[in-house]
Amino acid sequence: MPEQADERGTAARGASSAVEPVIRAEKAALAYGARTVWQDLELEVGAGEFLAVLGPNGSGKTSFMKALLGRVPLSSGRLSVLGRPPGRAGRRLGYIPQQSTLAGQAALRARDLVRLGIDGHRFGLGLPNRSAGRRVDEILAAVGAAEYADVPLDLLSGGEQQRVRVGQALAADPRLLLCDEPLLSLDLRHQRAVTELVDSRRRSHGTAVVFVTHEINPVLGMADRVLYLARGRHRVGTPDEVLTSQSLSELYGTQVDVLRVRGRVVVVGAPDEPSEPHRPAPQPHAAHPGARGEQRSTRRGTPRGKQGART
Amino acid sequence: MTSADGIGQQVFTFDDYGALLDLVHNSLIVGAALGLVGGLAGVFVILRDLPFAVHGISELSFAGASAALLFGMNVVAGSVIGSLVAAGVIGVLGAKARHRNSVIGILMPFGLGLGVLFLALYKGRAANKFGLLTGQIVAVDAPQTAVLLSMSAVVLVALVVMWRPLVFASTDPEVARTRGVPVRGLSLAFMLVLGLSIALSVQVVGALLVLTLVVTPAAAAARVTASPVLLPVLSVVLAVVSMEGGILLALGSDIPISPYVTTLSFTLYGICAAIGAVRRRNWGRTAARTDAGSADTAREVTAAAS
Repeated sequence: MPEQADERGTAARGASSAVEPVIRAEKAALAYGARTVWQDLELEVGAGEFLAVLGPNGSGKTSFMKALLGRVPLSSGRLSVLGRPPGRAGRRLGYIPQQSTLAGQAALRARDLVRLGIDGHRFGLGLPNRSAGRRVDEILAAVGAAEYADVPLDLLSGGEQQRVRVGQALAADPRLLLCDEPLLSLDLRHQRAVTELVDSRRRSHGTAVVFVTHEINPVLGMADRVLYLARGRHRVGTPDEVLTSQSLSELYGTQVDVLRVRGRVVVVGAPDEPSEPHRPAPQPHAAHPGARGEQRSTRRGTPRGKQGART
Repeated sequence: MTSADGIGQQVFTFDDYGALLDLVHNSLIVGAALGLVGGLAGVFVILRDLPFAVHGISELSFAGASAALLFGMNVVAGSVIGSLVAAGVIGVLGAKARHRNSVIGILMPFGLGLGVLFLALYKGRAANKFGLLTGQIVAVDAPQTAVLLSMSAVVLVALVVMWRPLVFASTDPEVARTRGVPVRGLSLAFMLVLGLSIALSVQVVGALLVLTLVVTPAAAAARVTASPVLLPVLSVVLAVVSMEGGILLALGSDIPISPYVTTLSFTLYGICAAIGAVRRRNWGRTAARTDAGSADTAREVTAAAS
């Protein structure tokens, strides 16, 4: 929500963009051939806002991210990112990819990855200099990665790598942070570390956050709004509006139950999109015996709902 | 025993060394430039996983050179044209790693076949033919030196200009693209630069053994350091040492230069791999905390290399 942006964030937006939302979608639609991934998407994301993008695999979460990055063109409608067409949004855009998109890892240390985030796009040799070095140290300390600053990335755990990734994205002093399933295959402790880093950034700097995730719970307390994609349709709203049995049942076109258990959201009976591989989400918190059994018994009318306690 | 001695003498002969040294004066200069270029280009060959492409391009370079030999044209020019054509084709058709290897696998035997054809038709000195494949040492005359040095300069300038974004695009393409790095353009540009460096190397170590200059030193350096400064520096040091050491050892004998260069280069790799194996084992948190750690190891390796 915009009011969460502090003075610094507001000032950073400048006069021209103060009226312009960070992301604006008008009647946006994306189709691959005859298959419509999503359509009639109306969305505005303001500075400091945290938007969680949810949905089963194959529902268009990744396509949404690609559209924001300008890698796939819309089939109709309009989309602007930081006031410009996607792909030309400029450099104040931070991107945290899924883990393990790195090549040639052995020849890069944590500090080098962050340094690339600062000035890796500039031509020239990019010799080390003191001010950039200090900046890198600050960032690494801020994301809790100072301890392994000089370790080659392939010797780091997934969670450690993702911390460095957050640092790299923050090095760009972003106004918009695009997080593409950054929690995938992280344990709960690192999930929390990564989401808290992202959350504190948007609170301190008014950075807007788009967080694509197949699991809502790690970002439940942070998300201002949710974009829930399924079956070529979508819902936008606060988590309380979208994550209800009625809203998701309408979206999926079948009976779906949303349970709130100990501050966590459990979606029961959401049918999988075709071709989704079964990927059990790590959920130690929901570890009360019988949970799964109960979910199964409450499930009604699901064609092939193997999806249990997850969103 | 006697035959072994004879072979030993054939391999290592140092009679009239001073007089011979004059002869290879140009080769030593070119060799140093080659080490510099090969060592630097090699860093990206390792980062981008292109060793097979290097081999493929060098075969096409050989085809170009042998065509030039047959038709009485400039051998260096032929080799450069062959290299650039191959690099361009691989760069355009093989943008995805998955496709790249098949493109190279298709190009390479075709190039080699053409080269064999041209050499079979060529009626000149046999040493010229052999030299293209396995390297020649005294062959570099003054005008050729000038050509090879200016080609090296072009490669160097190109690498210096695109170094930082190329590192970004090579190691972290997804994020690099979102930061506005022209990932695709850089990829193609680097292939052409690589083609040029390979054409250079073919002149001295021969088409079959280019990998020893363009891959081995950088791979060896990557075993012991991940620092973006030390890695290229060490790679260049190793390449220059292999190159110049090879020329100096080969001087007295009539054996081609390449076995000396390849053996040196391979030995240096072995040393680096051993150091790296030990280092990586305790590259964990404790070792990494001291900043000096990486610098020290690199100094050790450099000392061992020279």
